[in-house]
Amino acid sequence: MSATTPERTGVTTQAIEESQAVRLAPNYWPFVVPALVVVGAVIVFPWAFTLWMSVNRWTLGQSRSFAGMENYLRLAVDQRFWESLIHTLTYTALSVAAPMFLGTVAALIFDAKFPLRGLLRGVFVMPMMATPVAVALVWTMMFHPQLGVLNYLLSLVGIPAQEWIFNTNTVIPSLVAVETWQWTPLVMLIVLGGLASVPREPFESAEIDGANAWQQFRYLTLPMIAPFLMIAMIIRTIDALKSFDIIYAMTQGGPGTASETINIYLYNTAFSYYDVGYGSAMAVVFFIVIVALSFILLMLRQRSEWIGVEGK
Amino acid sequence: MSSLLNRIGLFFAALVFVSPAILFFLWMISLSLKFEIDNGAYPPILIPEHLAWSNYAKVFEENNFLLYFWNSVLVTGTATLLALLIGVPAGYGIARLKAERSAVVIMIARMTPGLSYLIPLFLLFQWVGILGTLWPQIIIHLVVTVPIVVWVMIGYFETTPMELEEAANIDGASAWQVFRLVALPIAKPGIVVAFILSVIFSWNNFVFGVVLASRETRTLPVAVYNMLSYEQVSWGPLAAAALVVTLPVLVLTLFAQRQIVAGLTAGAVKGG
Repeated sequence: MSATTPERTGVTTQAIEESQAVRLAPNYWPFVVPALVVVGAVIVFPWAFTLWMSVNRWTLGQSRSFAGMENYLRLAVDQRFWESLIHTLTYTALSVAAPMFLGTVAALIFDAKFPLRGLLRGVFVMPMMATPVAVALVWTMMFHPQLGVLNYLLSLVGIPAQEWIFNTNTVIPSLVAVETWQWTPLVMLIVLGGLASVPREPFESAEIDGANAWQQFRYLTLPMIAPFLMIAMIIRTIDALKSFDIIYAMTQGGPGTASETINIYLYNTAFSYYDVGYGSAMAVVFFIVIVALSFILLMLRQRSEWIGVEGK
Repeated sequence: MSSLLNRIGLFFAALVFVSPAILFFLWMISLSLKFEIDNGAYPPILIPEHLAWSNYAKVFEENNFLLYFWNSVLVTGTATLLALLIGVPAGYGIARLKAERSAVVIMIARMTPGLSYLIPLFLLFQWVGILGTLWPQIIIHLVVTVPIVVWVMIGYFETTPMELEEAANIDGASAWQVFRLVALPIAKPGIVVAFILSVIFSWNNFVFGVVLASRETRTLPVAVYNMLSYEQVSWGPLAAAALVVTLPVLVLTLFAQRQIVAGLTAGAVKGG
């Protein structure tokens, strides 16, 4: 009998604690539910559907039949796909390297104080906000072999005229120039954010110890902003792999298929040839490529954070 | 003295980095204000003798541009408002639940190529029979706008102080009342950032429109692209059209530079 009393009190206190806990921690799930529904409808459903389509023989306007792994096997021996993969990787490597270098240097400049800094930074950011198709149009005119302003500028310094996006050898570097022009500001902004978080004190003592500007950058600044550089690099890699607007609007993958990236080939397969089954398989493989590359970079990021901590 | 020289040196270094942007936009304006003779001149002319304002008149007269402008406003406006309606509470909920893992969903959404949403949704819209309207574009633009809003708002609500909310909660306010009357008013600057970024990346989107838009439902980026492929390419009106498409975004960028920089560096988001 006597044992029941403490037990009952125990239950009551627990109930009181529970009701207090409920009052102290309100239910936040209802806030998230509408977004979950939308995400389910426009993101998860398409993914499930894409997976299903990718195992079907399915060209729009014709009957559909189950194909198993056929589409994936077809991809493995599709030379045009392998070429587009190489184009994508070349385009991405260049479109990551150039903005990373230029953006970091620009961030170091904009981190210092000088006249009209705010205005210049504002103009510097404008390319990444401009509508890509509009940008692509004007660049196409500037790349024009006869009437374009770029060949005129080259002629001023004695460089012969180029064919830019109209030549199979120069088309990818030319597109990368546009991509770099547009996305260097994003790298600059991210690195600038990193530089703002760098403490002053180590630099003061380094100066007393007689370290020069390069040594200060190499051994102090660089390790401290390494995590930010990695974030910029991951974002740039994802965006460059997915790049569509500029390539499609300027060359549509041409001349021939010289600038056809996976994304462009995917577009043509699904919406020019209406082969949605094969296109879906390509979308799945493309997504795996993006996730794999991002994952490799994320692993590197964890390493760089570790080095960053050690550097401090 | 040396610090003054330093500052001037830095100014010129910055100018070198900004010059590609300045020259590009100057050339864009120049192209849009020149007659065909001047645009075809060699060596190229930066400032022509006669300004061709008629290029702009032509864009609106001949290409249904007012309709396409209005389409763009409707698609971007509706997709952004819906995203705010759904995304602001979601950002709040996720921040308060400390469900950082849900950020992974947003990262995956970011890694997914836009085209892999397009094929299934295109088929779905076809079955439902709404392909001739603006709704397919509005719905698919949510793929761009919702992640931006949620991402920015998670970051914002994580930094707002909890004390006021806890006090309101102890006074017996419901979770909804706390959100509506305490959290939301403080979050206004964050909502402005989310709104601006969502508008910009939705306005600029091209790939969704190029697949889903019909003649009457084109948005501006698609309309401009079609001018390139159909017309006997005359540069003046083409450049004028490009400028009309991107001008609203550039004006917004200049006026809201501080908010945009804050939003991008916090979340480093981009739609697409």
